[in-house]
Amino acid sequence: MSEQLLTQEILDCIGRTSEPRREIVTRRDIRKYAVATGNRQQKYLNGDVAPPMFHVPLFWDIVELDQLTPDGVSIDTLLPKFPLEKAMAGGLEIEYLKPIYPGDWLTSTRTLTDIYQKNGRSGALIFYEVVMEIRNDDGELVIREKTTRILR
Amino acid sequence: MSLHAEVGTKLPERIFKPDNVQSMLYNAVLWNGHRIHFDEPYARDVEGYPGLVVPGPLLGDWLHQVVEEWLDDQGRICGIEYSNRVASFVGETLTAGGEVTAVTDSGRLTISVYVKNENGDVITPGVITAELNH
Repeated sequence: MSEQLLTQEILDCIGRTSEPRREIVTRRDIRKYAVATGNRQQKYLNGDVAPPMFHVPLFWDIVELDQLTPDGVSIDTLLPKFPLEKAMAGGLEIEYLKPIYPGDWLTSTRTLTDIYQKNGRSGALIFYEVVMEIRNDDGELVIREKTTRILR
Repeated sequence: MSLHAEVGTKLPERIFKPDNVQSMLYNAVLWNGHRIHFDEPYARDVEGYPGLVVPGPLLGDWLHQVVEEWLDDQGRICGIEYSNRVASFVGETLTAGGEVTAVTDSGRLTISVYVKNENGDVITPGVITAELNH
């Protein structure tokens, strides 16, 4: 039996929500993403419409240099300090509800929706889930993404 | 030409050879400063990796690309679930592909997708749902 690593203080962070972030989609940013990912479809290389996963660069956190850790990572302020820190493979679930075009303003909100522990043969693992909802200016859901991360 | 999609239909595989330039551009587009993706001495000596780590979401992007290239604008991706199971490194040759595992009467497809490394290990398994145009 592994011990219970998750304190009430950590579990109380479930439900915590980030400040909404509003960003504009540009043709240039779509083109850069399409080129960098090796995309071969002309509509994306032209920036006429955004390819799947374009929301990943659009909403990547921008922090100042002194707020990056020595290995170059920005600290996710949505998360509590966990007793395990080594990140293992994670999973992603994305629903695509509406297409994204240059000129669109999109707003993302991230919510820490779950934290739980599982005890494997090699010891305890902590799982957490973050849901990001992306809406347009009419309030319509455009993308819903759930990230699951595992710490050991 | 109309798309042929039935259970067992295999999607054309696509080979990816991520190099330093692509890795740099991808991380720049994301604004990702994680050293394991561009600082080779750090990746090797501090983190103990054999080389520069290919970013997980880039592998996820490739799963979408093999499906969209096969769909050829005759359908659209509705959703994906995937996980990054095994690390891969700049310089490796990776193969992405997929297979249709379910088709509904209304034209909704379930496609099992993967990225494999040179050993044939599935490093990024996933499932994509798509719908064909009516």
